[in-house]
Amino acid sequence: MSDLESFRNDVRDWLEANCPDSMRKPMKSEKDICWGGKRFEFSSDDQKAWLERMAEKGWTCPSWPKEYGGGGLSKDEAQILKEEMERIKARPPLISFGIWMLGPALLKYGSEEQKCHYLPQITRGEIRWAQGYSEPGAGSDLAALRTKGDDKGDHWIVNGQKVWTSYADECDWIFALVRTEPDAPKHLGISFLLIDMEWDGVSTKPIKLISGKSPFCETFFDDVKVPKENIVHQPGRGWDVAKYLLSHERANIAGGGSGAQMNPVAAAHKSGEVDENGRVADPILRGDIARLTIDALAFETTLQRIKDQADGGQGVGAKASMLKYYGTELNKRRHELNMSALGSDGLLWEGENPEDGDPARGWLRSRANSIEGGTSEIQLNILAKRVLELPGG
Amino acid sequence: MSYILSEEEQMLRDSAQAFLAEKSPVSELRRLRDEGCKDGFRHAIWKDMADMGWNGIVIPEEFGGVDMGFTAAGLILQEMGRTLAATPFLASSVLCATALRYGGTDGQKSEHLPKIASGEKVYALAVDEKARHDASHIETRARKDGNGFRLSGQKRHVVCGNGADMLIVAARMDDDSIGLFLVDPEASGVERTLRRSVDSHAPANIQFDDVKLDGDALLSETEDGSALLDLVLDSGRACLAAEQLGIAEEAFSRTLDYIKEREQFGQKIGSFQSLQHRAAHLLTEVEMTQSLVIKALRQLDEAPSQAPLWIAAAKAKATRVSRLSSAEAIQMHGGVGMTDEYEIGFFYKRAQAAGEFLGDDAWGAGRVAQLSGY
Ligand SMILES: Cc1cc2nc3c(=O)[nH]c(=O)nc-3n(C[C@H](O)[C@H](O)[C@H](O)COP(=O)(O)OP(=O)(O)OC[C@H]3O[C@@H](n4cnc5c(N)ncnc54)[C@H](O)[C@@H]3O)c2cc1C
Repeated sequence: MSDLESFRNDVRDWLEANCPDSMRKPMKSEKDICWGGKRFEFSSDDQKAWLERMAEKGWTCPSWPKEYGGGGLSKDEAQILKEEMERIKARPPLISFGIWMLGPALLKYGSEEQKCHYLPQITRGEIRWAQGYSEPGAGSDLAALRTKGDDKGDHWIVNGQKVWTSYADECDWIFALVRTEPDAPKHLGISFLLIDMEWDGVSTKPIKLISGKSPFCETFFDDVKVPKENIVHQPGRGWDVAKYLLSHERANIAGGGSGAQMNPVAAAHKSGEVDENGRVADPILRGDIARLTIDALAFETTLQRIKDQADGGQGVGAKASMLKYYGTELNKRRHELNMSALGSDGLLWEGENPEDGDPARGWLRSRANSIEGGTSEIQLNILAKRVLELPGG
Repeated sequence: MSYILSEEEQMLRDSAQAFLAEKSPVSELRRLRDEGCKDGFRHAIWKDMADMGWNGIVIPEEFGGVDMGFTAAGLILQEMGRTLAATPFLASSVLCATALRYGGTDGQKSEHLPKIASGEKVYALAVDEKARHDASHIETRARKDGNGFRLSGQKRHVVCGNGADMLIVAARMDDDSIGLFLVDPEASGVERTLRRSVDSHAPANIQFDDVKLDGDALLSETEDGSALLDLVLDSGRACLAAEQLGIAEEAFSRTLDYIKEREQFGQKIGSFQSLQHRAAHLLTEVEMTQSLVIKALRQLDEAPSQAPLWIAAAKAKATRVSRLSSAEAIQMHGGVGMTDEYEIGFFYKRAQAAGEFLGDDAWGAGRVAQLSGY
């Protein structure tokens, strides 16, 4: 038996013994996500046990090095773990900005001390991180940000405001872009700082979304004292870190595009809009769904193909923008068709069951996919400039 | 299954690229058209292709082929899409070779496959009878007559039909099942009418009037003619999707070159955001198509039972994207894109014809829905 095959067997046995039954059902809604963090309330003992067992193995971040709390798995091994988890429909034990945003950035740009300190807290789900990039005057034009840090020798005094900070009111720490070099050119004056949200002067205020939920906030910094050792990479080089992190964020948001949790065909069955052969009754809607399926297959294969290329040494680079653009537009279409297939059933906002409003809320939330992490238009700009090398500023 | 091309595959693609750029650039298609060529292809080039081993790309070695599989065939067609090479490759070396390989008896294989591989004879597949592709609608009849058959019916827009030396015709037998028959187009009772098509190819309408066939005209290695026909058509669709991908890529790349060159308002038109976004969108769509095409071809080679869904998706996507890419090409070229002198229009025309053949995007969507159980 090859090493990989025996690894697969081990993984299978371990999952069989350690993944609680209730963690082998698809997540119904956001409520089932384990975000971790100091203030996180587990929805069940199983959820807690599942996180702890996986974190113990380092499998919340399977391919991070072991010394930082990861699993130290090779690409092939990580793929096997993923497949085996999918096979038993195991939920991800932990989802967090720490895992898919800050972690990769620290692995590339962090000091050894920072890696040893922050990464294990992420893999164990102890600290929940927020992303402090956007500001009222700096959205797509992120480098226009004005939150500033005054140099006080061994620390900065940070003042300013962030906005659209996802889950800021539930997070423990925030990685923030702060202008520390006021005289430097736009992109060269920014630093990437790690800030404890319990420190004096940090406050948040929730903003309500069209989906009725408040997953994001305004975040304020009033004379917050940030020690110099809390900078990642060098002063004024935060833009490099920010961009690197964004490509991971984009690849991750794009991944949602392949998620089949929202299935318009299942929706048609639910609402009774199928004929006696089980086919979607309205032929035009059926055609629209089929075209969606085709594009979803195209997207899924492209994710795999780009992964193959990355394994073969060809970088992914700006292709993350392609995936972000296509995946999020696809996901919006999927939600639209889901709503069409549900008909008036999809319009329910609240009802007897807690999940009654989910389709409508999910549909509304999906509109953000092509805004968050850089809008679709910005992705197209990036592709035009960096991949197609088209002229102009 | 790997999305990466093997070294052998890359070499094949490179040699196809070099060969076609030299022997069969777009100007060659224009020449065929202007000469009023009735066969729709250049025999000398077809012979050269045979010498390269391409014509037997899916034919076993014992019958004179090189047996490299459908992915390899697709790679050649992708390059043909880029130069709009008009050849019998799809009709003869993919569709008919596949029909014979999987449906022919040993005798039929040893008689016909070497002729396809050597380029000595050109074969064409006659299936469609309606204007839109529909392989379930077959009214052509092959009635049992002694040891042989009598064939009657009409086939519409048979690709490569006018220049073919031999036809493989789908017909209904006495029990209503489907059979594939080898028919000599020069036999009495067969009448071909050339249909000059928008892409400058030479398909034909073919009428069969009580044509007498021997018993061994029927490809009889398999009982289930309908399954055989499905496999043949699917192999053609996957490979044709690769040609469409080549069309999309080339039309796009020419457009990119053009918008980086052409100036208006004192700047390159490629600096206008409305064109940039459409170009970036096209880039994305072409990449998506490429993934589906390679997936479909590899599935056909490695896991044929799972291939139909991927093939339908690939054909549908490639149809849509090749048409989009060549349509956007005309728009972004402005007036010059509308001229016959400029080559971009040839891509638009071929995209339309290739899209129609063996099922367009609407057909593919229907098939995907059906195969997915909704
Ligand atoms: C649900 C959600 C969660 C978010 N979470 C976070 C978070 O945790 N942390 C964080 O920092 N940020 C977060 N964001 C913010 C997000 O990154 C910004 O909303 C986004 O970058 C767009 O900025 P903006 O909202 O200021 O829109 P604007 O930049 O004002 O854009 C408005 C419109 O103009 C278009 N536009 C702008 N510039 C151009 C251009 N050059 N060319 C063409 N079109 C252009 C845009 O595409 C858009 O359609 C979140 C946003 C959402 C919706």
